[in-house]
Amino acid sequence: MNSLQNIMRDGLWTNNVGLVQVLGICPLLAVTGTFINGLGLGLATLITLVASNVTVSTIRKLVRPEVRIPVFVLVIASIVTIIELSMSAWFYELYKVLGIFIPLIVTNCSIIGRAEAFASKNTVGRSFVDGFSMGLGFLLVLVTLGTLREIIGQGTLFSQAHLMFGEAARSMTIHFVDSYQGFLLAVLPPGAFIGLGLLIAMKNVIDKRRESRAVGIPVPANQTTQAAH
Amino acid sequence: MLYRTVFISASFLLVFAVVGSGLVAFTFDSTEERIAENQRRALLNSLNELVPSDRYDNDIFSDILLVRNPELLGTNEPVPVYRARKGGWPVAAVLALVAPDGYNGRIRLLVAVNLDGTLAGVRVVQHRETPGLGDGIELNRSDWILGFDGKSLSNPGKNGWRVKRDGGQFDQFTGATITPRAVVKAVHKALLYFKQSKQHLFEQAPETSTDS
Repeated sequence: MNSLQNIMRDGLWTNNVGLVQVLGICPLLAVTGTFINGLGLGLATLITLVASNVTVSTIRKLVRPEVRIPVFVLVIASIVTIIELSMSAWFYELYKVLGIFIPLIVTNCSIIGRAEAFASKNTVGRSFVDGFSMGLGFLLVLVTLGTLREIIGQGTLFSQAHLMFGEAARSMTIHFVDSYQGFLLAVLPPGAFIGLGLLIAMKNVIDKRRESRAVGIPVPANQTTQAAH
Repeated sequence: MLYRTVFISASFLLVFAVVGSGLVAFTFDSTEERIAENQRRALLNSLNELVPSDRYDNDIFSDILLVRNPELLGTNEPVPVYRARKGGWPVAAVLALVAPDGYNGRIRLLVAVNLDGTLAGVRVVQHRETPGLGDGIELNRSDWILGFDGKSLSNPGKNGWRVKRDGGQFDQFTGATITPRAVVKAVHKALLYFKQSKQHLFEQAPETSTDS
């Protein structure tokens, strides 16, 4: 029923993990102090989502329903451990920054949520697309929030880019205002909550606008009405 | 019948547990060396910031002494002391100690003391101080921590080893006094510790026996 395009749109916008399902906001709020932190955790979550969706979908016909949740948890925990080890081997500096939040991906409800709600009922290909678009949607929210908080909180963008892109990226940091004093609220956790709230509100405003523009035109049957309000 | 279901489910879980653990163990095995190397290099980088590599010629990593002094070093755990020597002669010691009374708990520090009792430098390894207020102790936030370079027990004297608000020599941050106070106190105690156990620190030599 769902075309691949619909799956993509679902993950990126209408059913976005961060803005609509509001799942996994513990790491989302905690690490989005800067653009780079957001990107790092976003990528790690994206990889986990794709890997777990593909694995769960592959074994979906084997798994007996009564043990499916333990099996999913086992699959996700193994994948996250592998990602954590690989990160600390190849991106050690970034790993030190994101440190404790990588294991937290295990408990990111969006991952077991997608495994249970989508991957256990769909083909491998579609589960891959679902994991990818859900992960990308989450990554975009992380990056947007990180960008906003970094600009407002520190007056910079791409600070500490070398953690991810190597020493050459050290000069990527943009300073917007000289000797900016910083805005503490944006750096601290309350700023993260306020920022996420603003992003959700903005999405709702955009959805409303679109809806009112579409008034008069017969609206096609929409499977994602739960997302709109 | 029930037993049969339990058995099948459990075997199923077992298979997944074995495959999952296998993959994790394989990754662990193939990354272990690299991770250890990363940790070693990160530590070496911070050690070299404090004691530049041209000042010593020993293997600073294997020349480690574990000492314990909860009162002066801020922790019950053994504190590693990295010893720098040149031509067998002691140059400096780097203590990986703890300032226990930060605003949000323990602050882990590296304190490098030259043989003559002056500070080669101090760095913060790990902390949980308030971002934007207490994190000025980090070198990539402010130069504050460099203010310790060259200081010793006699410069400033006992009363100078406090933040300015307490009548001492060291700056506090706007809106954060507790964090710098904890660091100043810990560094001062480290110097006291170094003075009282200098002999012991360098004598326990795994490499060359030296008498300083």
